[in-house]
Amino acid sequence: MSEDIFQGYKGQALEVLKKFNVRVWGQAEIETTRGKFKGTVLPRSENDDDKHIVLKIITGYNIGIDIDTVKGMKETGYKKANYKIPEKEFPYTEGLPKVKLFGTGGTIASRLDYRTGAVIPAFSPGELYGAVPELADICNLDTEKLFAVFSENMGPEQYKKLAIAIGKEIEKGIDGIIIGHGTDTLHHTAAALTFMVQNSPVPIVLVGSQRSSDRPSSDAALNLMHAATAAGHGDIAEVMVCMFGPTSDEYGLLHRGTRVRKMHSSYRSTFRTIGDTPLATVTRKGVKSIKPIYNHRRKDNNVKILPFFEEKVAMIYYYTNMQPDMIDSLIDAGYKGIIIIGTGLGHVNKPLYPAIVRAKEKGVAVFMTVQTLWGYVHMFVYDTGRDLMSKGVVPLANMLPEVAYIKLGWALGQTSDIEEVKKMMLTPINDEITEREPYNGYLVYQGGVPEIEEFIRKVHK
Amino acid sequence: MKNKFDALSNYNESKKAIGYVSRKEATQETYNNLGFMSGLEVHQQLLTGKKLFCNCPAGIYQKAEQYDAEVIRHMRPTLSELGEYDGTALMEFKTKKEIVYRVKNETTCTYEVDDTPPFHINMEALNISIEISLLSKLNIVGEVHVTRKQYLDGSIPTGFQRTAIIGVEGEIDLKNKKVRLIQLSVEEDSCREVSDIGHRRIYRTDRLGMPLIETVTYPDMVNPDEVKEACDYIRFLNRSTGKVRTGIGAGREDVNVSCKGGRRVEIKGVAHTKWIPELTHNECFRQWALLRVKKLLNEKIKDANKWHVASKEIDLHFFGFPCDYVKNASEQSYKIHAVNLPEFKGILSHFTQPGKMFANEISDRLKVIACIEKPNMTHSEEFESCIAKDDLDKIKTLLKSEDNDAQIIFWGPESDIKTALETIEERCKMAMEGIPNETRKSFIDGTTIFERVLPGADRMYPDTDTAPIPLEDSHINKLRENLPNDVIERYNQLKKWDVPVDTYTYIFKKNLYPLIEKINTELKISPKISGTFFGHNFKYIEGHYQKGREFNENLIYELFKFLKNNNLDLQLAKNMLPVIYEHPKMDFDSVLTTINFKKIKKEDIVSKIPFLKNKFSEIRISPKEEVATHWIMGELRPTALGNISFTELRKTVEAN
Repeated sequence: MSEDIFQGYKGQALEVLKKFNVRVWGQAEIETTRGKFKGTVLPRSENDDDKHIVLKIITGYNIGIDIDTVKGMKETGYKKANYKIPEKEFPYTEGLPKVKLFGTGGTIASRLDYRTGAVIPAFSPGELYGAVPELADICNLDTEKLFAVFSENMGPEQYKKLAIAIGKEIEKGIDGIIIGHGTDTLHHTAAALTFMVQNSPVPIVLVGSQRSSDRPSSDAALNLMHAATAAGHGDIAEVMVCMFGPTSDEYGLLHRGTRVRKMHSSYRSTFRTIGDTPLATVTRKGVKSIKPIYNHRRKDNNVKILPFFEEKVAMIYYYTNMQPDMIDSLIDAGYKGIIIIGTGLGHVNKPLYPAIVRAKEKGVAVFMTVQTLWGYVHMFVYDTGRDLMSKGVVPLANMLPEVAYIKLGWALGQTSDIEEVKKMMLTPINDEITEREPYNGYLVYQGGVPEIEEFIRKVHK
Repeated sequence: MKNKFDALSNYNESKKAIGYVSRKEATQETYNNLGFMSGLEVHQQLLTGKKLFCNCPAGIYQKAEQYDAEVIRHMRPTLSELGEYDGTALMEFKTKKEIVYRVKNETTCTYEVDDTPPFHINMEALNISIEISLLSKLNIVGEVHVTRKQYLDGSIPTGFQRTAIIGVEGEIDLKNKKVRLIQLSVEEDSCREVSDIGHRRIYRTDRLGMPLIETVTYPDMVNPDEVKEACDYIRFLNRSTGKVRTGIGAGREDVNVSCKGGRRVEIKGVAHTKWIPELTHNECFRQWALLRVKKLLNEKIKDANKWHVASKEIDLHFFGFPCDYVKNASEQSYKIHAVNLPEFKGILSHFTQPGKMFANEISDRLKVIACIEKPNMTHSEEFESCIAKDDLDKIKTLLKSEDNDAQIIFWGPESDIKTALETIEERCKMAMEGIPNETRKSFIDGTTIFERVLPGADRMYPDTDTAPIPLEDSHINKLRENLPNDVIERYNQLKKWDVPVDTYTYIFKKNLYPLIEKINTELKISPKISGTFFGHNFKYIEGHYQKGREFNENLIYELFKFLKNNNLDLQLAKNMLPVIYEHPKMDFDSVLTTINFKKIKKEDIVSKIPFLKNKFSEIRISPKEEVATHWIMGELRPTALGNISFTELRKTVEAN
């Protein structure tokens, strides 16, 4: 195939390669106005310009050659590289729990092609064993690649497929389930699975990594070990997110799927339980619970799979001077449910009122959550709140906005009866609404304060 | 029939057998016979305000105990593109180190500890790198690609260093030859180690991420002095831009050495070029010695694959009179193991480096790979054995040793014993193959110890977090306009100016050439005077006085200008310098007062000569004229200083 010969090159750069008859993976000697360069021509990233040719020089480094400086090129050899992840058979150990790992894509399930820098999403048990042999000491692992999508492309279709696949595994008698997932929307999926897979007798652990596994300091290996421990040996039979506790390689936290959120764009310890404490800590030695009450592991396989989702649900983040057409356009587009993320205790401005009334009349379910993330919606405190409630907006207590969005989609997927939907939304399945917020449920420390400085000097953040 | 084995004479004989001579005795012929070959990787920190990939300040250092928080990481080897683990990677993984980073808010943000992706490359650093590349006659790349270079020792929290090639294929002119350059890269500096004890290595992150360039030469150097000359040249070239950092740790070099039939061994982090000759000399001979060890072993051991160590755990009660080491080990509830090395008699005490024998190679690896602190072993070929002969005999019996075998007794925590045994066997087997590819740590005495396995070429891969940076001709040409001239040109110019040769190193080291040139063109003071002043007087002052905080070399230009404008003799500069050096803010008039200088007219000084002549004739101790002159000069010197040049005064005295 001709495009393979010039992988990624376009425009002028492609012309130069063609002119001098040099292919990608060809060893080339290039004469330029800046001197002579020698190396292997590498594929070019699609998004980069058409003014340069990429070479891997003998010392292993990559450099770019400006095509305007090229006086001549000669291909002296050709050696195509094929990057393949080695597979080793995952050993079976009598007596260890059976754990199933579902792959969905994302950082944890990817490796880097060392030559091109392209990310290869793949993770068979054999590959996993090759990369993290310690897993074989924890469980007997089986894997299945359900999809290979980045986190941001996960959606209702994937949630439903995942729920069904989990149901099947539980019926077959698996001891625990791990889901490898990109981290960006990990908490959306965690919420979806909490609602779609109820009464699970085994742990369902979602895990990701903030640094790809091709990096020596990746959190992927340790996260996987923690997830395998929680899934195979832990007693908490709930949908949980398992990620780093501190940014240090120390312990993982198990977060309840409905109360967890990604809180930093790049930290390893990005997932935090909001408005409550995490369920447990996990190390390779085992799970140590923090919350005394949770769903325990059972021997039966009576799981309830509810794979429903109405896609016409939206979430709008209120900002000052928001115009009513923001809501009107949703109504006109046929949306059946809206989650508003309001200011403070759950407020929006007056100009939106007519649109909200219109939504009610059109049978669109409207619910209120808060931008502060921590704390409850309290719509009785100010007139604004009372006005909004009278216009049909239902406060969702301390449900996190993303969780509310997922739950509303799930509820509307089962019924269009607004009262029924309201009831479902306000009846917690697993702590998406809690009756109380514990005192240690809100901890965002501020640096610089002497006692905090003393604390972070001793305790790893 | 058992022969009595004398380790010391075996050591000396082996040293003689490989033809070891000290560096003083060595000639080019010595190095030609050894096939001495050496190349350099010269690292130089750039003088920028910020770090390379984040906005933290560069050049602020913290003390080991000054930190705000700690971060812990473990490094895992990742598969190479061929699906194999790199040698270093496996070794580092075996060591199972917990890496602790001590972070100070002032110098470290979330980027350094790998919790935030890189920001745009520091353009100031990139431009300096291009300037130095141009000076090094390198071909500048069309586009800069940031590459990840894996390091699993923990010295960089990501597990890789971000580095980028700026130029390839250049050359430098030494006095008698050209040395070819492979490449120049700009990269982030690594952490500074605080300690490395057992399974815990502590780093501080202040230096981490500071811009650094690395100039790599071809292995063109054929003797130790040439390596030093090339290294000095590269350092002086870097400094000639005035845009690089100086001081401890700002410049460091890795020196690659091999001998004929040897392997590339990298001596890492040599802080002073003056250590290079001794280090390279010894390393070449170490390889030469290891080649002899290989030959001896190959003669005795036919099938290396079938060669294995045998070991037995022993306890303290085994020994009649245990030495202190063994006693201490036992007190720490360490396990003690005796190991038999078949056919290794005479090998353990084989010479490797001055004061070191083959057994040291094993002990070094036990420390680095098995994490067992030294002293971690003793053996059957110590010069002064700490194990009683009876005990050693008992051990030999226990291990069923043959007469040609050697024995090691080592100790360590139980969890490290397995790795230790593997390490001993592995190093011994390597000896049958020749010289392991290693990086080695240097010591002032010119010896080295094992540091790590030399990483392979498969540890480079593209950085997916950064976009390539195009370098346009117009940008490069603009940088080219402001380049200083070549060090070799400057060298020749200094010679032409008749500046004493012994000052050159100091002038280049301190990048004083531009100042000498400025003093010459602007003040019309000859480079011979200013060069000598810098290279002799200033150098002396620097070594003997406390430098004031605000002092910089430009003050010397100001000093010369002051003397010139006030018609004072330049001799005065020498006396004023110590005061200025310690109190750079003091104005020059006050400095003159401090050194008790009084302005006296030339005529007044000269007018005293006849009187002094008379006086001397009264006390005359010698009829010789020069004695008279000498005595008179001595009397006049304190008042003459600065008011009249001594040469002129002497002439006047002689004429009178």
